[in-house]
Amino acid sequence: MNKRLLNLLNKNARYKITELATMSGLSEDEVVSEIKNMEKDGIIRGYKTVIDWERMDSAFVSALIELKVTPKAGLGFEEIAERIMQYNEVESVYLMSGGYDLCVMVKDKTFQQVAMFVAKELSTMDSVISTATHFVLRRYKELDVPLIGCKNDDRGTLSL
Amino acid sequence: MIDYTSIINKEVLDIKPSGIRKFFDIAETMDDVISLGVGEPDFPTPWNIRNAGIRSLEQSKTRYTSNSGLEILRNEISIFLKRKYNLTYNGKEEILVTVGGSEGIDATVRAIVSPGDEVIIPQPSYVCYEPITRLAGGTPVIIETKAENEFRVTAEELKSKITNKTKVLILPYPCNPTGAIMRREDLIAIADVIKDTNIIVLSDEIYSELTFGDEKHVSIASLDGMRERTVVINGFSKAFSMTGWRLGYACGPKEIIKQVTKIHQFAIMCAPTTSQYAAIEALKNCDDAVEKMLEEYDSRRRMIVKGFNDLGLTCRDPKGAFYAFPCIKSTGMSSDEFCEKLLLSKKVAFVPGTAFGLGGEGFVRASYCYSVEHIREALKRIKEFLDEIGA
Repeated sequence: MNKRLLNLLNKNARYKITELATMSGLSEDEVVSEIKNMEKDGIIRGYKTVIDWERMDSAFVSALIELKVTPKAGLGFEEIAERIMQYNEVESVYLMSGGYDLCVMVKDKTFQQVAMFVAKELSTMDSVISTATHFVLRRYKELDVPLIGCKNDDRGTLSL
Repeated sequence: MIDYTSIINKEVLDIKPSGIRKFFDIAETMDDVISLGVGEPDFPTPWNIRNAGIRSLEQSKTRYTSNSGLEILRNEISIFLKRKYNLTYNGKEEILVTVGGSEGIDATVRAIVSPGDEVIIPQPSYVCYEPITRLAGGTPVIIETKAENEFRVTAEELKSKITNKTKVLILPYPCNPTGAIMRREDLIAIADVIKDTNIIVLSDEIYSELTFGDEKHVSIASLDGMRERTVVINGFSKAFSMTGWRLGYACGPKEIIKQVTKIHQFAIMCAPTTSQYAAIEALKNCDDAVEKMLEEYDSRRRMIVKGFNDLGLTCRDPKGAFYAFPCIKSTGMSSDEFCEKLLLSKKVAFVPGTAFGLGGEGFVRASYCYSVEHIREALKRIKEFLDEIGA
């Protein structure tokens, strides 16, 4: 497992193999096999692009749903989490500490559709005690990447 | 008409503005320049440090501190130096908080050097040591460090420059612009020469946190018998990405620091209060942030060094600071000519090695305080440039 390599990929999954090798100090062959192994072991789960969808016509709505649930004996929260994961509308599911149990990020085309999804699918599940829906109004930063502003280098061109 | 040249202090008049000022001015007016020319981090100051500064303002901590700096800050500096470099300085009498490392260098040189004294300065190195020496009435004596010695100072070079007038040896490592460091064995050799003399070492260790690979920074003051004859200069600008906060410190025997403090007291009063509160947070809670920046610098360092070597511009592995110092002799051009042509034709900005004194000819300084994407673009343009001139 190469943490250095993961940090580089996490920063930019599109670095070329030669660049990854140079920056990590590994050989190109090592980089290729390390990545392959980490993919096989499920350490690397995928590669995605950070997109500012608000700039596209095909915008969508997303919401954070707080779920309070009754854990099942012996299975804890796993069973319900796995059921919720199955929906295409669900982007992420986390088990939380604090005031509620599961945090579900839901995405759909309209507010109405998200609301109906929560009402019809999530809140009707047996072990779900309550839901609270919070719509996302604007994204400022996603996966470490700022979505607003354009950072200019204010350092000038040359200094000693 | 007043003849101002007859009014201005002669030593000041004689300080030449850097010869590359004109080149700098051209670069600043150009658009779309891909610069590798800046000597400061691109990372913002870590948020918890900024927040500590903000909190101090909210609590109206806006007055002067004691001349030497907040006692709690000096104590944290003491703990930090012990933890990192095994240095033992008592916060009460042996540490002075200054306005950047620069003020520490200036005040220390002024406190020690009298007219006629000689100050040994290795070059290529940062540009302040020579003028500061002259302003104190001292005479700079330059050691031209060599690429074949990895730009380190050797004991033989040092011996050949020592006279009965030598007062101070400046030791600027890790080095801007060469990226050189002094390993423990190199410092022991220097210490063996110094120990038989009354020469004071002014060790400018501002880049001490930025070393790469297994060789961590060693301070000469941590070697046997050297503490009593060394003033260590360090600060927050480079390691914590705090250049604009203007905060550094000088540490040394209390007999020296007491005198340096007098100069500081009358010239400065005290270092900026907000910065001092922020710095406490930096020393206590930023190991992880520094570690993260260091890893990022290291990735860029590897990329830029390989990039230069692949282009046929020989570049040693810089072990410290955040500069690569490739040799451009293969192009047949002087450093100034190379930098100017590259800027005008490809809009890539370097600082010519000659800006850093003797030994800089044939080299250029490339800062890697830039994103990988930025460095990649610069290397691409340099390749085009080299192809066009047929080098």
